[in-house]
Amino acid sequence: MTGTALLEVKDLRIAYGKIEAVKGISFTVHTGQVVTLIGTNGAGKTTTLRTLSGLLTPLAGTIHFDGRPITGIPAHRIVALGLAHSPEGRHIFPRLTIAENLQLGAFLRKDTHGITQDIQRAYDLFPILGERAKQAAGTLSGGEQQMLAMGRALMSRPKLLMLDEPSMGLSPIMMQKIMTTIAELKANGTTILLVEQNAQAALTLADQGHVMETGTIALSGTGAELLHNESVRKAYLGED
Amino acid sequence: MHELPQTLVSGLALGALYGLIAIGYTMVYGIVQLINFAHGEIVMIGGFGALTIRLWLPGSVPLGAALPLMLLGGALTSVAVATAAERFAYRPLRGAPRLAPLITAIGLSIALQQIVWAFYPDAKKSRSFPQFGGDAFEITGNIHIQRDDLFVLIAAPLCMLALGFFVAKSRTGRAMQATAQDPDTARLMGVNTDRIIVLAFAIGGAFAAVAAVAQGLRAGQINFEMGFILGLKAFTAAVLGGIGNIYGAMLGGVVLGIAETASTTYIQDIPGMQQLGGGGWKDVWAFVLLIVVLLVRPQGLLGERVADRA
Repeated sequence: MTGTALLEVKDLRIAYGKIEAVKGISFTVHTGQVVTLIGTNGAGKTTTLRTLSGLLTPLAGTIHFDGRPITGIPAHRIVALGLAHSPEGRHIFPRLTIAENLQLGAFLRKDTHGITQDIQRAYDLFPILGERAKQAAGTLSGGEQQMLAMGRALMSRPKLLMLDEPSMGLSPIMMQKIMTTIAELKANGTTILLVEQNAQAALTLADQGHVMETGTIALSGTGAELLHNESVRKAYLGED
Repeated sequence: MHELPQTLVSGLALGALYGLIAIGYTMVYGIVQLINFAHGEIVMIGGFGALTIRLWLPGSVPLGAALPLMLLGGALTSVAVATAAERFAYRPLRGAPRLAPLITAIGLSIALQQIVWAFYPDAKKSRSFPQFGGDAFEITGNIHIQRDDLFVLIAAPLCMLALGFFVAKSRTGRAMQATAQDPDTARLMGVNTDRIIVLAFAIGGAFAAVAAVAQGLRAGQINFEMGFILGLKAFTAAVLGGIGNIYGAMLGGVVLGIAETASTTYIQDIPGMQQLGGGGWKDVWAFVLLIVVLLVRPQGLLGERVADRA
């Protein structure tokens, strides 16, 4: 199932001004894997994803994606390499329609026919999006917006899909639905880097997990290992 | 009230001119939240670009035939200056506090005026601009359209249609809307937002040149200071219509143009207000309208509430 190293992060350090938010982290994502970063607010998970997709410039360290260094490449060129990022807070384009949002996900693709097929696939994955295709995306509920954000990220046919807090602020039913979808994507062979606060759900899905604490990786292991680790259970799964 | 139809037509021509300039303010604001206060000077520069082409062409070329080339020359000048301003004056300040680009814009505005004043031949006084002249077209007994107003009445709707279609239907237009709504996420989609910003300045510049030619035709002259009051009026129109909205900019322009024209016609007829009518007071009434609209509808006529930008 798991193949070559698709993403290799080494000694990555990221700062906002003088405040260092990520203090030297290293991890690898292999093709076909689901890797999760868990941890509390402010641990540096979102900052890490924003740096991987080129929105932030790291202080030091290297990022290799698909065999080449991508540090310093602007965001709009990184997505062309096959790294898609569904950002925290969903960030759909509220005044564009659902169909237009999906088309923007395929902004760099030229194969009109393939784009049409992939939009249809997004509608199959999330039927509600198809029903409301011509509606402004801002009118969707939070969970529907999350579906749109994920569908939009998939439109670039990424080699690696980065999902930042896909279940944030959703009802338990909607959260379940999103997690089921991520499991389906995994079953279809999509490589995923998942940032989640719902550690239980994320670790259940993940092949590999890393626990981030104030800018460092405190603990790494397989999803199952971390799920059964005592300190993880205490800190993130609400057990004592 | 027999002057009403004529007032509306004259106001429409003036308003369409304001609207063309207002588009430049509103597009740049919509994408980078910057008020380009040098935009009036972009209009002025376009006027001189167009005039230069006219002076290069042999005098035997009729104005109607020269007009497309004048528009092209004016547009090239305005677009070049607008995009250069973006690249060298505004882009380095993108992360800076808002006051910095604002002051830069004012400085740029003065610099552009002075460059034209100092280096364009005989620009220290007004330069005459070619006109069609001749009798006004009679539409009905009490509506006449001046030949030199006809240009803006045709050009403005055409520009507006082309822009509306481009923004709504083209791939780049969609990227433009995405950048206006959420620039970081637009970059995640693969949109080169720097290029979109340049494009917004360029479109504003091209529309400014069309407006400059319209103004030259109407007034029969252009001068290095013309951008100031035109820019101020068009900025008013953009705010009136709801800044960030292209249709709002044109609507704001038309409302402002008609209000201004009507104020010169009607206010002096109101008992006790004889001294407040006439041409000298039209700018005052234009800004009174702005204040009233902003009191009642702070987001402008077609503007969206700012809270919408989550």
